[in-house]
Amino acid sequence: MSLNSFLLMRHEILLLAITLLLIVGEIFIPKHKKGSIVHLALFLFGIHTVVGFLAIEESSLFGGMFQTNNLIHFFKNTLNIGVLVLLLQSADWIQEKIVQKNKGTEFFILLFSSLLGMYFMISAGDFLMFYIGLELATLPVAALVAYETSKRISSEAGIKFILSAGFASGVALFGISLLYATTGSIYFNEVMEVITSNNLTILAFILFFTGLSFKISLVPFHFWTADVYEGAPISVASYLSVISKGAAAFILMILLFTVLKPLMHVWENIIYVVAIATMTIGNLFALRQKNMKRFLAYSSIAQAGFILLGLIAGTQLGAATVVYFILIYIFSNLAAFGVVQAISLKTGKENMDDYNGLYRTNPKLSLVMMLALFSLAGIPPVAGFFGKFFLFTAAASQGYYFLVFIAVVNATISLYYYLLVIRAMFIRNSDDPIPYFKNKIYMRLGLLITAIGILVLGLYSPLYDYIYELSSIFS
Amino acid sequence: MDILSLFVLVPVLTILALFATNGLKQARLVTMLGSMVQLGMAINLIFAYFRERAINTDIMVFTRDYVWFKSFNIHYAIGVDGISVALLMLTSIVVLAGVFISWRMKDLPKEFFVSLLVLSTGVYGFFISIDLFTMFLFYEVAVIPMYLLIGIWGSGPKEYSAMKLTLMLMGASAVLLVGILGIYLNSNADGGALTFNILEIAKVNIPFEAQKIFFPLTFLGFAVLGALFPFHTWSPDGHASAPTAVSMLHAGVLMKLGGYGIFRVAMFLLPQGAIEWSWVFIILSATGVIYGAFSALRQTDLKYINAYASVSHLGMVMFALLMLNKTGWNGAILQSLSHGFMTALVFALIGMIYERTHTRDITRLGGLLKVIPFISVAFVVVGLAYLGLPGFSGFVAEMNIFVGAFQNDDMFTRVATVIVISAIVVTAVFLLRVIGIMLMGTVKNPEYLKLPKVTWYERTGIILLFIPIIGIGIAPLWLSNMILESLEPFIRGVL
Repeated sequence: MSLNSFLLMRHEILLLAITLLLIVGEIFIPKHKKGSIVHLALFLFGIHTVVGFLAIEESSLFGGMFQTNNLIHFFKNTLNIGVLVLLLQSADWIQEKIVQKNKGTEFFILLFSSLLGMYFMISAGDFLMFYIGLELATLPVAALVAYETSKRISSEAGIKFILSAGFASGVALFGISLLYATTGSIYFNEVMEVITSNNLTILAFILFFTGLSFKISLVPFHFWTADVYEGAPISVASYLSVISKGAAAFILMILLFTVLKPLMHVWENIIYVVAIATMTIGNLFALRQKNMKRFLAYSSIAQAGFILLGLIAGTQLGAATVVYFILIYIFSNLAAFGVVQAISLKTGKENMDDYNGLYRTNPKLSLVMMLALFSLAGIPPVAGFFGKFFLFTAAASQGYYFLVFIAVVNATISLYYYLLVIRAMFIRNSDDPIPYFKNKIYMRLGLLITAIGILVLGLYSPLYDYIYELSSIFS
Repeated sequence: MDILSLFVLVPVLTILALFATNGLKQARLVTMLGSMVQLGMAINLIFAYFRERAINTDIMVFTRDYVWFKSFNIHYAIGVDGISVALLMLTSIVVLAGVFISWRMKDLPKEFFVSLLVLSTGVYGFFISIDLFTMFLFYEVAVIPMYLLIGIWGSGPKEYSAMKLTLMLMGASAVLLVGILGIYLNSNADGGALTFNILEIAKVNIPFEAQKIFFPLTFLGFAVLGALFPFHTWSPDGHASAPTAVSMLHAGVLMKLGGYGIFRVAMFLLPQGAIEWSWVFIILSATGVIYGAFSALRQTDLKYINAYASVSHLGMVMFALLMLNKTGWNGAILQSLSHGFMTALVFALIGMIYERTHTRDITRLGGLLKVIPFISVAFVVVGLAYLGLPGFSGFVAEMNIFVGAFQNDDMFTRVATVIVISAIVVTAVFLLRVIGIMLMGTVKNPEYLKLPKVTWYERTGIILLFIPIIGIGIAPLWLSNMILESLEPFIRGVL
């Protein structure tokens, strides 16, 4: 391997190095100073995030198994920022709850391994690399979900997650093997050229799509979502709903728009139905949730349905709007989870009713939450409005007006339950409100970044135009 | 900085300044100053507009165009004609009057004024936009603060009303979104590039099939905000629960967005669709006019009475727009303006009465003329303006509407027109009933004998709103000419 190929895999190698460094740190840092591992991990990952922005060549490695281009590079950076914010938001939780049990380092190692898996997954040039990445991205998360072993609900969530994730991977693998059977290759480039629409490939596609649907928690493969989010530690739920879902949606988009493009007449129908089901069912279940984690779980299912609106367009416009929406979604959902995290850490309260009167005691937290919810609901001038408007434009540009109509009706339904939280925070009064508390610096920074992101990402138009240019590979 | 963008920038700066304030006194002072600057700018704009109009014959003047999202061809494009200038004037007066009326907002004053200013930012932005995307953006910016304004500072079943209002209006905007996307994606019908610019799209012949689908969506999207029957139900509940200044702004200004949007977007861009569908909406708006008037007759809560009266009057605006002729349109826009001032004033007076007597039920009030003469006389005068007495703005507007309506000589519109005109009688009846019960007679509750007198800030608010009502009534021509001039290109485009 030449130095050049090292540079192409810069993200992966750096992250691997950080993970190894943390293992070394775990060995050499004395027990009573284990808290410093949090600062170390944050510092290293911060550097990694910054270095990630350096330009990278568009090329492929290992005979096409690993590929990278500017869009993938951009998306990896997006994931990095997301994970960095997530770490900032969870730093206090790790220090207060996890380090004492001597499990601080493992948390970072598992999280970074999973992220590494996502890098490989979205950079995959063949189905083998894709599958390895998928597994690497999933398995550590199962351990993370069950991280609070003292809580029964956490272990239960871990089992649920590993079972459904394992099943999903198996189904996807079956789909891949059928694809191999019909096309005789696992390389994306070669599959793309020979794939034809016959019953076997359609079956293969359906199985493959089912597997990925589990990751993105599309209806009807969403059943694990709410239980797992509720049981998992908030940071992990946040990771699942933001980073994991974003990466899976991104690779699904790449595969649909390149390898599986010849099957478009098949998958556009499937996605049409799944999109309607996902938006509607996600929204209807979210209406009645009282626990904030379950609430955000169903809301994120509904959001995934909106992403499908961009996928169905199948064009450069569709790709750009999907990436843009995911980027905005990452910031909005991280902000929402961040506030839930902060409150849960200080008071242990996780129900919507506990938020009554929050604005009068903790105005800043409430405002961040409001921004996040408005962004998720698509209210201008925050970023979510632009993300949704553009997604709808992409779907409508291919003539899917009815689908857009269903989507806007769903957006209105979703507004209802987002307003319920706002009602609790701003309008309702409580006899026992959450008292005023001050967050530590990491949490404040984590929330500040998301708030700025929500305010700026939409209004700052060159960002979208840049993504649109990057997406020209699909034109 | 151009003269129009300031209309958006000044409220935004005022909001930022508000964050630095502390307590009610500073907050209301900052808001008042900001709104006064805004009013000054609006007055200046009228003179500037007349000067500019003399040398510039474009549809829109003071136009600016900055590319925003290049790949979608979304621009920040602004410009005004006589109609938007008049509506900007309306907005700035009502906002300032609203600030005076909220002079003693005790609970969370800073947040209240911030929400109020966000709302007004949206309205200003909407009126100066000539790009569908920014127009839609500002429309939603104007609607969403209503939730907090009613929810936090409202009264009665405020949570219910706030949620109902927000969901119905945002649902309507969702329908509108589909309509706007339909217009946008058909704007290359003549082979040009896709565009959101209203003036560009107006030159394009959008295929009839598309117009037929997207006109009702666009129309409905805006008409819900204009309280079109049967989508008006958010309005009485919302107004009844809202605090005074919010009712004023909402009925006086925000609901005007509906009529303006119908005119500027739905009819201007989809004229064939308008002709195709006008009969449906004529039936609905005529029903709304008569239904609103009769409902007002049966209500005893002052705010409900005025809310239903608004449904009736705004139904008239939409009815006049659907007459598709110049006189009718002129009447519709005059009615929007005049209703804006009058309803804001009525809501302000209701708020003052409620603050003193703690009831809005007219059957429990009586003889107020003797106790609070200034407020009561103002109520009588605005009531007379409301029922279309010559010498006030309401007469000028309704006259134009009915003359316009009678220019259509088919049986169907004739019948509808007669129904709409008959609502005037009902309006007169319910207004005189309210005045009779509430202001005349003996004082029913001895506690009411020592109600506090009107304060200086209330007086300022009242007078501020009276000036245009009487001004338009006595000298309607300059305004009417300004509007008619701006209607020319629309007449050419639509008919």
